Amino acid sequence: MAGPSIYQPKSQFARWMEARLPIIGFTYDFMAYPTPRNLNVWYAFGSILVAFLVIQIVTGIVLAMHYTPDSSLAFNSVEHIMRDVNSGWLLRYMHSNGASFFFLAVYIHMFRGLYYGSYKAPREMIWILGVLLYLVMMATAFLGYTLPWGQMSFWAATVITNLFSAIPVIGEPIVQWLWGGFGVDNATLHRFFSLHYLLPFVIAGIVVLHVWALHVPGNSNPVGIELTIDDKVPFHPYYTVKDLFYVALFLIFYAAIVFYSPEILVTTVNNTPANPIVTPEEIVPEWYLLPYYAILRSIPNKLIGVIALFAALITLFFVPWLDSSKVKSARFRPTYKIYFWLLVVDAIALGYVGSHPVDARLFNTAIPLVWIGRVATLYYFLHFWLILPVVGRIEKPSPLPAGIGKPAPAELSGSVR
Amino acid sequence: MAYSDTAEPTRRDFLYIATGAMGAVGTAASVWPFIDQMNPSADVLALASIEVDLTPIQPGQSVTFTWRSHPLFVRRRTPVEIQAARMVRVEELLDPLARNANLPENASATDENRLTPRVGGQPGTAPMRKAEWLVVSGVCTHLGCTPQASTPTDIQGDYGGWLCHCHGSQYDAAGRVRMGPAPRNLDVPPYEFLSDTRIRVG
Repeated sequence: MAGPSIYQPKSQFARWMEARLPIIGFTYDFMAYPTPRNLNVWYAFGSILVAFLVIQIVTGIVLAMHYTPDSSLAFNSVEHIMRDVNSGWLLRYMHSNGASFFFLAVYIHMFRGLYYGSYKAPREMIWILGVLLYLVMMATAFLGYTLPWGQMSFWAATVITNLFSAIPVIGEPIVQWLWGGFGVDNATLHRFFSLHYLLPFVIAGIVVLHVWALHVPGNSNPVGIELTIDDKVPFHPYYTVKDLFYVALFLIFYAAIVFYSPEILVTTVNNTPANPIVTPEEIVPEWYLLPYYAILRSIPNKLIGVIALFAALITLFFVPWLDSSKVKSARFRPTYKIYFWLLVVDAIALGYVGSHPVDARLFNTAIPLVWIGRVATLYYFLHFWLILPVVGRIEKPSPLPAGIGKPAPAELSGSVR
Repeated sequence: MAYSDTAEPTRRDFLYIATGAMGAVGTAASVWPFIDQMNPSADVLALASIEVDLTPIQPGQSVTFTWRSHPLFVRRRTPVEIQAARMVRVEELLDPLARNANLPENASATDENRLTPRVGGQPGTAPMRKAEWLVVSGVCTHLGCTPQASTPTDIQGDYGGWLCHCHGSQYDAAGRVRMGPAPRNLDVPPYEFLSDTRIRVG
């Protein structure tokens, strides 16, 4: 993808083709892409994500052949898929659980980037495009969640679109423009279906840019130093085989849920048709959005709550510049490593708070859960805006090795001690 | 040459800017229909008003109707609820405005201003009688959930009106926000009494 091609066409046809449409040479270079020889399991999630994008697009296209995006028919057409369409239940469960596994994989992929400092120069664009992909994924998942037109679909759509009504003055017109009416209704469902079909292809387009941006500087790696060509191996066959192995492992996990517990991640309320008059007792988003939902609810002011929610997402774009450390991998950053795991705990705590009612308490104690949510929200912002810049400046990193499996140069390690 | 380096603007500079400006206007004009198509369509805007028969509603009851695809609360308040709502001073409220489509925008959120203008005003009407009826939109002003009504037998929240289970906002018996993330009082839609037992909303 970067630099002149190393491909040497051998046959008459390949030479003819290469002079006209150099697609064979492109594929050859793509597969020969020099990859660090020390990538561990956490680096397989890029390939796993590609696998899930393909699964979601393929199952989605066939589901759209049976689904009807009309508010009076949508719920029944989903039941029709579940009961009447040949293998319809399987395709739908693959699609709905596929979204969850897609997010599980993307969260591991993102935390891997945070742990190994994969976002640092010269790889900022890979990270930024990745954050963009994450945002479009969330939009796509939200739109898709509306389509079955159950109670939770309807009220999730109502609550999320109403986030925009917090904008002063133009908020109300914007929300009516999103709805195409005075509330979530037939017009809303139609456009959500259209956009839900469109956005996966936008994701695929951004993935191309993401991979392109990756192939220019090359992969980061667990040691976090820039490697020479001696420490790299061609992507094929080394990583095609290694990644496929992990894809298969992940798919086993996925298949276990699809076949044995397909409704485990679904709120049962969504098996009731949408009713615009009655809000369910408790509205919960899908698990992958819970941390942000907790941030929204931890602030008792509408506008500030919505700002905090979006700020939490936008913050991710700035990570390459907020982290002031020159050392990439957390392996050599003893202080940062502690804060990294605190962030993981923080994200899980926010998810836990988000999954409970607003007036709930912590494990039958007197502590209101909303206060846990407030502390966790505060930590989230402190981690990125205060801890990342400060720790990079005051922390003493352990000595970096000269290469994979090599000790640190004596004079460097001496000076650090 | 296709361009000139003279300090004076040339005819070519003018044509360049004029063409660019026309192109920008033309692009905006052709993009607009694609944006505007998402706004509420004519049939949605034409949604008729509804008439509500008040006879079956008992004191202490809050009944939900559908108006413009949204829930609409019609509540027959008990004398205790009315008195409690009137005891509250406007300065104590989170939102001091009436939010009543039947009144000027700057009307203050007194209990009287949350009702129709006729209540207690016109000669020949019994003020207490009409003060029973509160008509408000059932859309929480936070993120649009439907709050649950507090009744004497099923108490919801601390203010005797409504509690929104989504994010914990609470409203009093005049539909005014008293606690939580909701920024505004429940909207009072445009409505009028056709008779003592019948209202038209919208």
